[in-house]
Parts: sequence; C-alpha cells; structure tokens
Amino acid sequence: MTAVQPVEQRDEVEMLSLMLLIRRFEERASQQYQAQKIGGFCHLYIGQEAVVTGAVAAVRDDDYIITAYRDHAHALARGTSANACMAELFGKETGCSRGLGGSMHFFDKQHHMYGGHAIVAAHVPLAVGLAFAIKYRGEDRVTLCFFGDGAINQGSFHEALNLAALYKLPIVFICENNLFAMGTSVKRSTSLKQIVDRAEGYDIPGEIVDGMNFREVRDEVAEIVDSIRKESHPAFLEVRTYRYRGHSMSDPASYRTKQELEKYRLDDPITRLRAQLTREGKLTNEQFDQLDKQAKETVMAAVKFAEESPQPPLDKLYDYTYADGAMEPDRPPARGNSAGTVRGRAVSKCG
Amino acid sequence: MGEEVAEYQGAYKVSQGLLERFGPRRVIDTPISENGFAGLGVGAAMVGLRPIIEFMTFSFSLVAFDQVVNNAPNMYTMSGGQFNIPITFRGPNGPAHQLGATHSHATENFYASVPGPKICAPATPRDAKGLLKTAVRDNNPVLVLEAELLYSSKGMVEPPDEELLIPLGKAEVKREGSDVSIICYSQTVPLALKVAAQLEEEDISAEILDLRSIKPLDENSIFNSVRKTHRVVIVEQDHPFCGVGAEVCYRIQKNIFDELDAPILRVSQEDVPMPYNERLEHAVLPNADKLLAAVKKVCYA
Repeated sequence: MTAVQPVEQRDEVEMLSLMLLIRRFEERASQQYQAQKIGGFCHLYIGQEAVVTGAVAAVRDDDYIITAYRDHAHALARGTSANACMAELFGKETGCSRGLGGSMHFFDKQHHMYGGHAIVAAHVPLAVGLAFAIKYRGEDRVTLCFFGDGAINQGSFHEALNLAALYKLPIVFICENNLFAMGTSVKRSTSLKQIVDRAEGYDIPGEIVDGMNFREVRDEVAEIVDSIRKESHPAFLEVRTYRYRGHSMSDPASYRTKQELEKYRLDDPITRLRAQLTREGKLTNEQFDQLDKQAKETVMAAVKFAEESPQPPLDKLYDYTYADGAMEPDRPPARGNSAGTVRGRAVSKCG
Repeated sequence: MGEEVAEYQGAYKVSQGLLERFGPRRVIDTPISENGFAGLGVGAAMVGLRPIIEFMTFSFSLVAFDQVVNNAPNMYTMSGGQFNIPITFRGPNGPAHQLGATHSHATENFYASVPGPKICAPATPRDAKGLLKTAVRDNNPVLVLEAELLYSSKGMVEPPDEELLIPLGKAEVKREGSDVSIICYSQTVPLALKVAAQLEEEDISAEILDLRSIKPLDENSIFNSVRKTHRVVIVEQDHPFCGVGAEVCYRIQKNIFDELDAPILRVSQEDVPMPYNERLEHAVLPNADKLLAAVKKVCYA
C-alpha cells in the first residue's frame, strides 16, 4: 500500500489555493473554448469547488476517486498537473489521457483518479467495482464516487446502490446536487423531496451537507470514511452546491434567474473559506492575493504548455484499442491482385 | 459473478461445483441487475482484478449494453492507455428452442461492430475450455459466446492437468474438403458437419471451417480454404443485415476475388424477430435444407 497522508494535516491554506487553481483553470478553459482551442463539450465546475476539495482533503492519496463528466476539478484536486489537464482539453499528447479522452474523460492512474465518465450514472457501477476490489483484496481504502443530481434517476445508479449495500462495500456516494440536471431542475426530475432519501431505500446511511462550505464537506467525509475504514459499508452524501455557469459552454442557463445565481455567489465557497481563515488570523489579504496570482500564473503556464505540446501522432492510431498491441487492421494481403482481371479471364469492357 | 452462478449452481449448470471449490469470495451470486454487475466487473478490472461475468443469456446482456459497449472497450482508449480492462463476459448466445423474440438474440454482430472487445464462439467442449481460459488471461474485454443448444454436446478434451489454451483469432478446419468451403461458428458447426456428410453422398466434398473467433477474424485460414475450394457458403446464426457473414464475404472478395468461381452465399436467420411457433422458428433459423441448397447453388450442382 502507498504511503498514507494523515488527513488532519491537510493545510487549509493549501486547500484554498487548490480551490483558486480550480476556479482560475475553469475560467481560462472557458476563454480557450471560446477561442476554439478546445473542442467538443466542456462542463465547468465554477461554484462547486468546495465539494471535491473538501472531500479530497478528507481521504488518503491511495483512496479511489471516480466522477462524471464535470471532471476537471477532480483531476486537479487529486494532483494531476494543470499542464496535463489543459493539454487534455487541447487534445494534445501530453494530456492526462493523451488527448484521446477530452474534457469529459480525464484519467490519472498515478493519482488514483479513475475518470471522467460521460454517460450519466454509467460510472456508478464502476465505482462499486472499485470498492468491490478493495474489499476483495482486504484493503482499507475507500472509493469516493461523485455524480450529479441528474444521475439519481438512472437505472444503473439504483442497481449500483443496491449492490454496494448488499455486499457492504467501502464507498461514499457523493451526489453533487447543483439543482439542475442540464436544464431540468431537481423539482421537475425527482419524485423525492430531498435526494438523500434515495439512500434510505437501500438501507445506506445518508447525510445532507452544505457544499459551499469546505470545512463542512471535509469534516463530514472524514467522519464517514473513518467509519468505513473501521467496518466496510457504503454511505451517501447529498452535497448541496451550485454551478455558476451553464451546464456546458453552450448553455446560457436561461432556465434560472439572476437573483438565484447572485444569492449563491454571495455564498461563494472560496470567499467563505478565505473569510474563515482571515478571521482566525491564518491568512492575510496579501497572502490571498499572492495565492490567487500563483493560481493564475500556473494556469497561464498550462495554456502555454498545451499550445506548445504535440498532437497525438497519427501512426499511433491503432495503439490504444487493445492492451496487448494493435489488432491487425483490415489490409490487403501482401500478394497483390492485379485489378481489372478475374481469374483466367479478362474483364469485358462496360458499356 | 452473475445471476444464479453460485448457490443455484448456474442456470445451465455451467458453474456447477464452483462455489464448493472456490468459495463465496470468488463465486458470487448477484441480483438481477445486468447493468449493475457488468459495470461492477469493469470497475474491478480497472484496478487489476480479472472478473468473469456471466450473463444468464446474452439476450440479457442488452440490459448491460452500455457497460459492455461503452465502458469496457472504450476505457483503454479514453484513458490514453492507462486502464486496460481484463474482463470476460460469457454465457449462452443465439437462438435456442422456442424461446421467442426476446430470448433468441445472436449478439455477435452487434458486439463485433464495436472496436475493443474480442469475441469468440466455441462449438466444441474442447474449444469452449481452451478459449475461455485464453479469454480470462487476455488483457482486454473478451466475450465468450456459448450456445445453449451445445451445452449437452460431448467431445474430447485434454485431461485437466494438461494446459489447454486455444488462441483467439485462430479458426480450425473441422473437416477437410476440396469442392466448397462452408464457413461456420458456434451452433452452425454441427449443422455444417451434418450437411457435409450428406454432401459426401452426392460426391461434393465440403471443407468445414469453424471460425471459433469472430474478432479477431482469422483471415488467413479463410483465404487458405477458399484458395483450395474456390466456392464459399457462410452459415451463421445471426441476422443477415450486417451479419458476421457479410464481413467475411467482404474480406474474401476484397482480398482474393480472383480465387472465386461462384458468388459467395450466406445462410443466416431470416430478417424477422424470432417467432415462438416451432415450425416458423425452424423456417427462420439456418437449417440443413437451406445450407444444402446454398452449397449446390455455388457448386452449380
């Protein structure tokens, strides 16, 4: 097992700077998307930073994490470099998935980040599989499975929760409830008054957490993970948060009001942690400005790195389909056929 | 892992005795949640386990289509080569007997059209053992498509202490012949052998080539047989539109067109959902009459 980093020692100022990195990364990604440097779909995490940051602050580096398509922050929080993340968005070979995955498919084996999955809730069974492997091998790791409020009405989500409860697997299901599945509000998609009640149906303990508060997320996850390490079981957290931007870059989010957005902005997770730290004398304004400057510089350097990185080579196109080498593509056999003739006969001219 | 694999000893008794031998840690009953347990297998494979997932029939794998098609084979590419998925999906595939449309799917052509999974379809006990062992050791998703109607078949298998590994992508000539190549796999192998015996009486010598693997496809064995006989009938258990035979046919004409003395014919299911009625089912399936007629047509006999 890899080295254990004691959870309590995660420095809060360090975690604040991680939240700043995520925010500045996403802002820059948005800009680069508009400049057409980034293709496909691009879903930004701005507003939700405290969720993944808080959760990651509460676990060990060798615990497994897996998420849906709004995944840039999860990779960054796990320790994937801003360079590798930005290069992935640019589709470059130096990206965290070698430019083959894109925005929705970030992977980083070294940092136990198991994706980046773009079919809603299809990764929840995978997460249960990661947890199954932990228990099968008798390890004391935990799997954190992140997903959005849109995932909870998919069949695979329900099947996965039942399996996790049935086999008593070490997994925390973390629902990042940002109130909207694309443009459909939870009220219009879900029969329950509160999402956490889904867990009760599978006899899984659940809690509601304020996802705009880093400390609350961290402490809640830490408590649950501690309990799971003592005796393997699943748990469920409904983390209430808000995304400031649309569902993806192409979504102006006209289904909600400016007032609603402003209300959440006033409760910004970065501002909140900053205020807490400042009040406690752990952070000065100058230090905060310095952290923010560093985050911006890191992201600018990542853009430069991504720009200058090479494209994935064309001649490796067949190298990433099968793990044990390329399967022979459909090619004519070495023995050439002379076109235009049939065995023993000349082809008659048409017309 | 799968439905009824442990305590019930397998819906078709394929896993009989495994629970007693390997214990509940390794032989695991699941609820009826194909998507869930197929996905669980893929996740476990991401961190290096080698799960064998049983579908009670591959008709039910359609409930897990997203896991088999989207998650298992895409992972290696999407992660830039970081996560290979060494998983085996196995179970009976193809029409059995009067099970109706929902339970009679031959799924090989669905799955073969997706890049990533390897697919084999054994026809004999020996091939079933040797291919399954190879599938489990492969570092990629492999589908082992068995056949309900072949579960009762008997045949020689090497003794258990002898390592039997049959490579994926290697066809086998099940019967030598010189006048026509009948290319088949899975349930159509015994059918082809039966028809070959009948053809013998009419002085037509049929070579029976069992593909054994659908993907990778053993082009060389196919071409070698065609170079010998110059006439081809493909008999397959799936549907005609975009069926396995269409791919085989395409590759033959593309690569060794000059070798052909007659158009290639295919015998497959008819392009209709499977009826329950026994007589109609027989009419839908590839059968001896259809195969005999096709062979005679390509032989101009």
